[in-house]
Amino acid sequence: MSKLIKTLLVANRGEIACRVIRTAREMGIKSVAVYSDADVNAPHVKMADMAAHIGGSPVGESYLRIDKIIAAAKEFGADAIHPGYGFLSENAAFSAACDEAGIIFVGPPVKAIDIMGDKAKSKRAMIAAGVPCVPGYQGEDQSDAVLIKEAKKIGMPVMVKAAAGGGGRGMRLVHKESEIENAIKLARSEAKNAFGNDQLIVEKAIMEPRHVEIQVFADQSGHTIHLGERDCSVQRRHQKVLEEAPCPVMTPKLRAAMGRAAIEAAKAVDYVGAGTVEFLLAKNGEFYFLEMNTRLQVEHPVTELVTGYDLVKLQIMAAQGEPLGISQDDVKLTGHAIEARLYAEDPADDFLPSTGPVHLFTTPSGDGIRVDSGIETGGAVSPFYDSMVAKIIGYGATREEARARLITALSQTALVGVKHNRDFLLDALDQPVFAKGEATTAFVGQTYGESGFEAPAPRAQELALAAALQFTLGQQRSMSRAVSPMAELLGWHSAQPVPTPFVYGETLVEVIARGKVLTASVGEEIFTLNPLYVADNQAVFEHNGTKIGLTYFAASETHIHITSQTQSFALINLAGGSAGDEAKAGDGSIEAPMHGLLLEIKVSSGDEVKIGDTLAVLEAMKMQHEILADIDGVVDEIYGSAGSQIAADDLILVIKPVED
Amino acid sequence: MSSFKSKVAVGSDRFESQRSAMMDKIAQMRELEQRTVDKSELRRPVFEKRGQLTPNDRLKRLLDPGMPFLRLFNMANYLWDDSNPDTSLPGGSSILGIGYVSGVRCLVWVDDSGIRAGAATTGGWQAARQAQEIAMRQKLPFIHLVESAGANLMEYEVELWANAGVIFRNLATMSAMGIPTLVVLHGPSTAGGAYMPGMSDYVVGVKNNGLAALAGAALVRAATGEVVDERELGGTEMHASVSGVIEYLAEDDAHGIAIARDIIDGLGWNERAPMSEPRGFTPPKYDPATIAGAVPPEYTSPYDVREVMARLYDGSEFEEFKSRYGPATICAQGRVMGMPCAMIGNNGPIDPSGATKAGQFFQLCDSADMPIVFLHNTTGYMVGTEYEQAGMIKHGSKMIQAVSNVRVPKISFYIGASFGAGNYGMNGFSYAPDFIFSWPNSRTGVMGGEQAAKTMRQVAEVRAERKGVPLDVEAADKQQAHIEAVFERQESAFYSSGRTLDHGMIDPRDTRKVLGFCLMTCREAKARELKSNTFGVARL
Repeated sequence: MSKLIKTLLVANRGEIACRVIRTAREMGIKSVAVYSDADVNAPHVKMADMAAHIGGSPVGESYLRIDKIIAAAKEFGADAIHPGYGFLSENAAFSAACDEAGIIFVGPPVKAIDIMGDKAKSKRAMIAAGVPCVPGYQGEDQSDAVLIKEAKKIGMPVMVKAAAGGGGRGMRLVHKESEIENAIKLARSEAKNAFGNDQLIVEKAIMEPRHVEIQVFADQSGHTIHLGERDCSVQRRHQKVLEEAPCPVMTPKLRAAMGRAAIEAAKAVDYVGAGTVEFLLAKNGEFYFLEMNTRLQVEHPVTELVTGYDLVKLQIMAAQGEPLGISQDDVKLTGHAIEARLYAEDPADDFLPSTGPVHLFTTPSGDGIRVDSGIETGGAVSPFYDSMVAKIIGYGATREEARARLITALSQTALVGVKHNRDFLLDALDQPVFAKGEATTAFVGQTYGESGFEAPAPRAQELALAAALQFTLGQQRSMSRAVSPMAELLGWHSAQPVPTPFVYGETLVEVIARGKVLTASVGEEIFTLNPLYVADNQAVFEHNGTKIGLTYFAASETHIHITSQTQSFALINLAGGSAGDEAKAGDGSIEAPMHGLLLEIKVSSGDEVKIGDTLAVLEAMKMQHEILADIDGVVDEIYGSAGSQIAADDLILVIKPVED
Repeated sequence: MSSFKSKVAVGSDRFESQRSAMMDKIAQMRELEQRTVDKSELRRPVFEKRGQLTPNDRLKRLLDPGMPFLRLFNMANYLWDDSNPDTSLPGGSSILGIGYVSGVRCLVWVDDSGIRAGAATTGGWQAARQAQEIAMRQKLPFIHLVESAGANLMEYEVELWANAGVIFRNLATMSAMGIPTLVVLHGPSTAGGAYMPGMSDYVVGVKNNGLAALAGAALVRAATGEVVDERELGGTEMHASVSGVIEYLAEDDAHGIAIARDIIDGLGWNERAPMSEPRGFTPPKYDPATIAGAVPPEYTSPYDVREVMARLYDGSEFEEFKSRYGPATICAQGRVMGMPCAMIGNNGPIDPSGATKAGQFFQLCDSADMPIVFLHNTTGYMVGTEYEQAGMIKHGSKMIQAVSNVRVPKISFYIGASFGAGNYGMNGFSYAPDFIFSWPNSRTGVMGGEQAAKTMRQVAEVRAERKGVPLDVEAADKQQAHIEAVFERQESAFYSSGRTLDHGMIDPRDTRKVLGFCLMTCREAKARELKSNTFGVARL
């Protein structure tokens, strides 16, 4: 029984909504986007044929509102809904609501969602189906005594998990028997808070495993195949960062075994459509069922690249009741693909999400490079949604080629306006452990430790480049304002050369033009830089015979963001004086000059301050910036708090002027 | 347009020896410039202690990055207030030039307060006066970064006070013409200096250090016995809020300069100067840098001035006017950086046919509205019976008359000799050139020293003969040597440039750039209509 979909509502946002709309368009299906207040100008809204506003910015008012989404589908005549991932994608009630409204839900049946959404239930089902599971206890009896007894039976180390859990919450690793009781208590309380369900399971902890998952597909007739595996071992805070296909240590025999197990898992719940069976792969080659995701995965592109199939298309076909038309033998894996997730977050501060305007977002294109993104220059990363903003994928004949292409692609990716993990991704891709294909789930912790990834402070060469760039932009600005620009006279001074100073933190960089070529001196170091091209946010300098490419964003005449091949940094030229911004001087509204960590607030409400008094200290780009009072007065309200991240132009505090 | 075929063999012994001699002169000029920079730099700790920028650092922040800067009067006051060539500082405690501020071509004057606290010098105020005249003629916004101890009471000379008043009158004139005048008050500006902010259209005052008072604390105490607080008396904070002398109060030097840049940007100055772009062009076929080498540094060695023209004109191409008539006087037309301009140069003294040719050429240029460039290398008009009878006085006079009255931009370069009335006919300093620059090897004067000394010896010999007494050879030798020494000293470009008898000294290899910059400045001035008023802008 097949029914062709004419109009597809995509109940999601960001890159995945764009991704689904793209395939719908290819298949001749009209698309309906849904959007919240915050997303009124988002790319997915512009991209879709139609768009429905479904409520306020918080997800609870929009993207999680089943009633509004069903109403929008009805209003726009959508005969199917694709849930993407996250939000309502694994919500059995939503799937049921679609059924009730006579709308095709592009996903598995309610039963599969229901079982796989519960760790304990799914594990019981998998054990019954003969799928290898981590030895453990997932019984109904939740008394402490039983849990402790079962844990001891399994043997240390064990993992205590919330049955309804995900994303690492309500999860406790226990090394010693004496710690079990306390771990249960904590996990239970976390589970209750996070999921409203304090059911726990106990499992043997597999140390330093790989996270390997199998992509399965089933059509409505029960024909089920697998499309190979993905290795998603590189994770931070239990979120995937780098994903690849195939798994570097995979063998045909192991793949066949894991594939078989994954198909069994899918069949056990009468699965239809795209699903992912996640396994832990131990060092000894044993693998254990972890969970099944009953939706399209974020990292599906790596599978698409090595199999050549469009997974969204297959999903839609399955939803229409068409046969897959692919046998297991048809599935051939060719080449290697690695995906990097670009998050708006601060790798130096425990990967805390960062929000703000997107001043500039540039991505590369070319052979073996795929970019799935949900933001654009001029847009914003709002605090309401997931901080993943784009996926950059490298594909090549070999793993090394894919890795090299991904590094190149990332080195040409720039995001300005929010903190992001690009430099971290580049660093991780370049780590020998990853390069050799040896990364396990312990990789990030072992490589970066507690402190996370610390981007190195700009060195003399970066400061010289920044100054040369600001110099060239200043020259271009002057030329565009001048009546008669004279190319032959640029950079010429008839007497002693008058260099232009740039002050970054405490460092002075002086730039002199000698004709076209610039000389930037940073202390004792002198850099000769030839600006070959500076326009449209792209710059190329020649230095000692090599070309250095940069992406830049000039937020103002003094404030520049630079993305080099390996580093993203922002600098403010303070040569214009301590109160360089006349417009802001003197009104007592103290705003953050740039993104950074508010280290300290030195005043309290009610304090009397004088112009020039230090009010707060902001740390950005490893430099400490003192924030000074711009008027005499009394500190009125303080908005910032010490230790918090703060965005450029955020109000830190307000000084009330003293009345004469 | 004919392409010139150079006869200079680059790399030949002659080229190399001429080049090395010219490079020595250029090095001498650069060393003198650096001497002043170094001297001023010695005061850096004092400025830093006061939270100030040095004058040179102020200039760095004022100018747009990477844009051309034509320094003016770089040798001003050299050998004037201090006649010792080993200690005399060129510049006159002022840094003057034409540069870009927020994309606007401006006349910039920075008090070099690193040198004797910026006290007025004889050459310095002469240079400033002329710079103001250039600003008025070329319609350039006038920016002055002020910090000056004023007149040096220890070396008081009444003329300085009497003459210097023109500096303030010029500010009034500029305001009335519609040329914006802007002052940043970085430090003290007392007595007469207080009128510097007082007379300017826009005044930015820097907190803590900026000060303007008709009489400083010491003078007030001497005159009235009042013990005053200097900041209360004339501090920028007071002027910004009480007296109203200052429009903009800056936190520090750099901020003051940033405000000045914003003010200039806000004028929208270039939006009122619609201009056509100059025609595209190719650079000279002969590298302008080979001027050093192509030209003998001593004027006594003759050479073809067309070798210089070929290193200035686009594509080394120019059309000669009447090449066979009065051939020692070369008149040509071509383009420099796409802008049409005429050039006149000398391959020797100017004879009657050379003078008539030049006079006619000037009138044609005036008629065609074409700027004229004068390349001075002449020992003057021809003398002797033959030339007197041919009407040298008449033709020379009419050439001087023509050059005096042409209404097109006139740009002069002293590139070799410029003597006697030949200097006048070639648009010398007193003929109101729009711009006039010296090469460091050039020599100027009423006549050559040797010639003058011989002339005076001749006079002495005739006098002795008439009196029937023998010539006192020892006295005559002494006199001859003395005259030669006096002329020799004053002929030097370093001396005359020190006396501000030109607009500055340049590297001969930069002549094309200087010329292009000046032609463009004149072109811009012509295209610009000022919004004038009668009395200047009042500060009420």
